[in-house]
Amino acid sequence: MDVNPQKKEPPFPGEVHPTAGGGILVTKLDEVINWARSNSLWPLVFGTSCCAIEMMSTAAAKYDWSRFGFEVARATPRQADVIIIAGTIVNKMAPVLKRLYDQMPDPKYVIAMGACATSGGPFFYNTYSVVKGADHVIPVDVYVAGCPPRPEALLHALITLQEKIRHGKT
Amino acid sequence: MNREELKQSLLEILPSATFEEGTEWTTIAIDPAAWEDLALELRSAWGLEFDFLFCVTAVDWKTHFTMVYHLTSTIHRHTLVVKAKLDRQHPEIRTVSDIWRTAEFHEREAYDLMGIVFTGHPDLRRLFMTDEWQGWPLRKDYEDPVNMIKL
Repeated sequence: MDVNPQKKEPPFPGEVHPTAGGGILVTKLDEVINWARSNSLWPLVFGTSCCAIEMMSTAAAKYDWSRFGFEVARATPRQADVIIIAGTIVNKMAPVLKRLYDQMPDPKYVIAMGACATSGGPFFYNTYSVVKGADHVIPVDVYVAGCPPRPEALLHALITLQEKIRHGKT
Repeated sequence: MNREELKQSLLEILPSATFEEGTEWTTIAIDPAAWEDLALELRSAWGLEFDFLFCVTAVDWKTHFTMVYHLTSTIHRHTLVVKAKLDRQHPEIRTVSDIWRTAEFHEREAYDLMGIVFTGHPDLRRLFMTDEWQGWPLRKDYEDPVNMIKL
């Protein structure tokens, strides 16, 4: 389901009325804040298995997620806005993930990347160690299907998250 | 040392050794009681000098366990696989962590997930699972109604 079925994104949430010597901007503060937040999402460097390789590929030159405002990947949760759960979450990792999420400052967003993070995926049955979906541990904003998802799918998820933030639905 | 020469040298050390045919590497099946002496010989005997234990495996056959040790010599470039059949109820074998130090962690892993007891091991604790964990998760008959959804 798309967050915005119309798919008409205004470049900036507001109206600019040109006047002599400058202009007047009419907008809502909430929308401007959301607009600003959506265009500067700092992901946390976090990957627990093969999805992380696709995530690195998405970050690298070929797919380059910095085109959409994600370039500043942070190695500390205290400076990150979005955590991309790239990989399997095992029972031993669950408290670590929870702690990382708790240490991130608000507003914070979560993307569950791939089958393992959404549902346990290939480890759903007959495993003693895997959490059946990262949403058992922390709330998730956007789910990405795939095992692992293509970089395009992750980019789509990131753009979907931006739309969600812009519409105040997080 | 080629395969035939290796077989001959092994038979000199352990006349009761039986060889498996059609394997990639020379494979012998031994009695677990003979393992400690054999391991020492393999490590130090002139011409053999298996100085690198590169894989320790436990296999659950439901009726018994098999311990599989992969040894290689970085001097002579020959490789040997040693298999020992263990009892299903009380799987127990002598540790080789004093001969190949790497076995210390490998054996802890086999203990953790399969419940193989290595006698003489200096620090036989759980490695991956939490200390209070009950049971041996990689055994074929393992049940865990809390964490596991059976299919």
